[in-house]
Amino acid sequence: MPDPIHQFDLHRILHINVGGWDLSFTNSAFFMLLAVLLTFFFFLLATQARALVPGRLQSVAEVAHDFIAGIVQESMGKGGMKFFPLVFTLFAFIFATNMLGMFPGAFTVTSHIAVTAALAGLVFLTVIVVGFAKNGLGFLKLFAPSGIPLYIMPLIVLIEVISFLSRPLSHSIRLFANMLAGHIALKVFGGFVVMLLGAGAYAVLAPLPLLMAVALTALEVLVAFVQAYVFTMLTCMYLNDALHPGH
Amino acid sequence: MDVASAKLIGAGLAAIGMGFAAIGVGNLFGQYLNGALRNPSASDGQFGRLIFGFAVTEALGIFALLIAFLLLFT
Repeated sequence: MPDPIHQFDLHRILHINVGGWDLSFTNSAFFMLLAVLLTFFFFLLATQARALVPGRLQSVAEVAHDFIAGIVQESMGKGGMKFFPLVFTLFAFIFATNMLGMFPGAFTVTSHIAVTAALAGLVFLTVIVVGFAKNGLGFLKLFAPSGIPLYIMPLIVLIEVISFLSRPLSHSIRLFANMLAGHIALKVFGGFVVMLLGAGAYAVLAPLPLLMAVALTALEVLVAFVQAYVFTMLTCMYLNDALHPGH
Repeated sequence: MDVASAKLIGAGLAAIGMGFAAIGVGNLFGQYLNGALRNPSASDGQFGRLIFGFAVTEALGIFALLIAFLLLFT
């Protein structure tokens, strides 16, 4: 059976070795660069017109801006807009890389735990740094919700700390596992089509897994958007904990 | 029992976990539709929360699938 796991292999395009560190330009780096360039030039072009009543292209950029600004302000209030560049960048990068992976033959950057862990780790570190910078030691109020009787406080604090530390884990694994599982499923059904076509009389059944692959592709396009949205939404919720600790 | 067979059995067992996530997701959409049929004008405002709740619930099912894949392919 065709192997569904080798689509995630890294290939070096440009070998770069800096003092023992392998900093090669890989296919992952290529698609990251492509996603960044596409997003950058899209928004540059879309906001070029600067019309008060937006045309079609400018509307797309404005809808994207309002969508993310809505999420930011709903979670963090008006003061949250200072995190808007970070949140919008995260959404745009994850959405662009997820969507680029939907093209046949393309590489899905976010299907590697290294990439999603870096993004989730960035959010986690930002939450800790901003939390302590803005609230000092008052940030630790996050682990001691109000209205809890004193005798179970130690247990509650322990549970809250463990659940806080598990956030980057679930944050990164959610995106990674969704992308991995989606692309493995697509490859498996594609493999079924090929196998049926090579099985003589059973070739008439080949359109069935093909239909399933088409339906799965549609689902994966939706999942690509939803996962970017959920990553962004959770980032805003975690940043809100940094800005306003204590439940 | 050799490691390869044990891995395959483990992958099958891990995949069972997705059933529970499926119950959770079905529950979520069922409650949303229940509320939407009682109060249709309020349903559009809660759609974003529905999609968010769906994604975080689905994530747990996909964690189970991830364990299955890890056992199958590594």
